[in-house]
Amino acid sequence: MTWDRRKFLKVTGIGAAVGLSAGWQLLKPGALEAAELETKYVKNPSGIPLSAGGRWGMAIDITKLDDKSCSAAVEACTKQHNVPQYLDEDGRPIKQEIKWIWETEFGHAFTEKENQYIPGDVMHSKVLALCNHCVNPPCVRVCPTQATFQRADGIVMMDMHRCIGCRFCMAACPYGSRSFNFKDPRAAYFNQKDPETGKPRLDEVTSEYPTRTKGVVEKCNFCAELLAIGQMPACVQAAPGVLFFGDMADAGSDVRRALSDRYSIRRKPSLGTEPQVFYLI
Amino acid sequence: MYDSKPVITGIVIFLVIFTYPLWSNVGSASTPPKPDAKPALEYAKKANLPETCVMGKDYMRTSHMVLLDNWRDHVVRQQDRIFVVEDENGKTVAQYKISLTSECMKCHSNKKTFCDSCHNYMAISPYCWDCHLEPKEVK
Repeated sequence: MTWDRRKFLKVTGIGAAVGLSAGWQLLKPGALEAAELETKYVKNPSGIPLSAGGRWGMAIDITKLDDKSCSAAVEACTKQHNVPQYLDEDGRPIKQEIKWIWETEFGHAFTEKENQYIPGDVMHSKVLALCNHCVNPPCVRVCPTQATFQRADGIVMMDMHRCIGCRFCMAACPYGSRSFNFKDPRAAYFNQKDPETGKPRLDEVTSEYPTRTKGVVEKCNFCAELLAIGQMPACVQAAPGVLFFGDMADAGSDVRRALSDRYSIRRKPSLGTEPQVFYLI
Repeated sequence: MYDSKPVITGIVIFLVIFTYPLWSNVGSASTPPKPDAKPALEYAKKANLPETCVMGKDYMRTSHMVLLDNWRDHVVRQQDRIFVVEDENGKTVAQYKISLTSECMKCHSNKKTFCDSCHNYMAISPYCWDCHLEPKEVK
């Protein structure tokens, strides 16, 4: 059998293509080492169960929100997630503040108003704002690295390892729920001395949750780490009877019962993002 | 050979200067660190954890960074928070919570002797600890 040039080129070409594609798989760093791990993962059995197709949602009773419940919820979140509290000399938040859940006024949170004759005390009443964990999250659509993504249970999550700090998500979020780390939180906050105790703040924070680094965006994660071990989000635990949380697909859940009893509104509904944080009025 | 004196002298001087980094550093190489497994076993007993690590010793030596990378993707992106350790027969020996700071560091509790000694020797500085907090050492 003789091989002409045509056949020789064909066979060697195909051989090279097969060899390269197989070799490429092997050359991918860590691919082989990672392959043997893949069968060894399981979900935490004590996590709060969610019905099929369900998603997490929250209801906030703004008629019951007072100074105490507001600050309790914010403080619980701050502590749970090591959120730095950048304040100026007068104790007011500075421009680079990091917000997960924060107190604001009704008029600022709800900008789509039917008329201009709403009483002043309503407009200035307290509201807690946080990430709405939208059904159609614009932040997820714009993220170039999929650092922010939507989980099957509806939580819009941040993967800090992937965030490149482009801040597209901050521009996309209509609710201002995202904060950028302009400073290194360790250097600018946690390594600083607490004026009350005189010790570095790092001594008092929990090592269960990481801090962030300079140049990443952060926001509320509905306490995904607590849901996984069978606990309600920190703010809901801190303000019982004011904040309700649960499975939006289960008519018997806390949040759905609260929503079926009372009239509720959402922030900027006309945008079609379908927020999953509801406000009972 | 013409001009052998200056040529040979020149070659000798060149060789001496060229090999200076080699012979000047002879004997000053630092010895590779040997992380001691004994304290880890003691801490494992205290924390009520099994004696087997999440993967074999050889795997962990060469590929712990792959494991940690894989862990973070599974926890953050796929919500898998438990890692199952099996023996050769496929029987479950242990289940570990997937967490660098609150599980690995329970046994390997001393970051300085466990993590840093090798990383410093290899002159690499992983950025894990820029965010993750080293737990206070268990006494």
